[in-house]
Amino acid sequence: MSKQSELIAEISGVNPLKCMKCGKCSASCPSFNEMDIKPHQFVSYIQRDDIEALTASKSLYKCLSCFACVERCPRGVKPGKLIDAARQLVLRQRGQEYLSPDEVPALLDEETPQQLLMSAFRKYRR
Amino acid sequence: MNYSYYPGCTLRNKAKDLDRWARECAEVLGFHLDELNDWQCCGGVYPLGSDEIASKLPSVRALNDAKEHGQDLVAVCSACYHVLKRVNNDMANVPDIQTRANNYMALDEPYKGETKVLHYLEVLRDRVGFDELKKKVVKPLSGRKIGAYYGCLLLRPSGILAFDDPEDPTILEDFIRALGAEPVIYPYRNECCGGYVSLKEPELAGSLCDRIADSAKGFEAECLVTACPLCKYNLSKSGKLPVVYFTELLAEALGIKEDDK
Repeated sequence: MSKQSELIAEISGVNPLKCMKCGKCSASCPSFNEMDIKPHQFVSYIQRDDIEALTASKSLYKCLSCFACVERCPRGVKPGKLIDAARQLVLRQRGQEYLSPDEVPALLDEETPQQLLMSAFRKYRR
Repeated sequence: MNYSYYPGCTLRNKAKDLDRWARECAEVLGFHLDELNDWQCCGGVYPLGSDEIASKLPSVRALNDAKEHGQDLVAVCSACYHVLKRVNNDMANVPDIQTRANNYMALDEPYKGETKVLHYLEVLRDRVGFDELKKKVVKPLSGRKIGAYYGCLLLRPSGILAFDDPEDPTILEDFIRALGAEPVIYPYRNECCGGYVSLKEPELAGSLCDRIADSAKGFEAECLVTACPLCKYNLSKSGKLPVVYFTELLAEALGIKEDDK
């Protein structure tokens, strides 16, 4: 395993080798259509050590952290935690945040709840 | 009965109705929400990275404060409940996090997950009881068809949250029945509204919310009820059905809030 694969395993606390490719995660995913790499494929990218493709994937920012895949995975592989760890690998590098404070004013409206900003900052930058 | 209360950032601002009616209804129902001093924002999302500590500390402080007061800790916002309960699980069951968080805290007695975290709905179900609640209803919401919208944060992962059956929950429907209204069961009630993606990708959240609201409408719901300010925001933006907080319905049925429809 490459250093990056090891980091993903460490951050996520998940063992991707337990996956039995049943596809329940992708069947459950509300963002499936938006993802270029699908939840059931996250595991294969990590097994193949193709972390570069995974971290370049737009799926990183399509995951909703709704935990449907985490709840339904019969093997405890938790694809939602894997993709979150891949996102962390990117966000923890300087200058790689997905949301900057400068763009926030244009994204607000009268009703925007504080919860939305807090959650987005937590998910999109470190 | 007194509970420690963690309102959270949004209940002090955009979700004042969720907070106000929770507090006022508690008094009618015979319990009191004792707001914690100096609580800090939970962060809105549970930090999934197993090496994250600092982002969990606001929750740990709140949990420990409740412990020192000898009280259970109540949250009304789905996100606060979710984050507090998962961090509490870490503090009880993950030795590495327990040790490292306590190193920051420097408490007289280390915190080890002793506090019981309750959602307000759990207080209604398990402490007040829906039968007792029903007796206190003075203005039953008769004839109203209401769709319970659970979303994600109350239900999943069920092993830790243990709030209700994650695939076939009943707590909100039982709540709606206790208030004299008719719950509408529809298939998308535990599907995600899009959550935080609505900030940068409103179209994605919009399409998910349209699907949820269309599903509820198809089963003749006239409004949706939620415990989450972000769900309410996202679903309201889709504009297909009115969305109300569960505490607003409760206050109406208890006769302390006028129906403003």
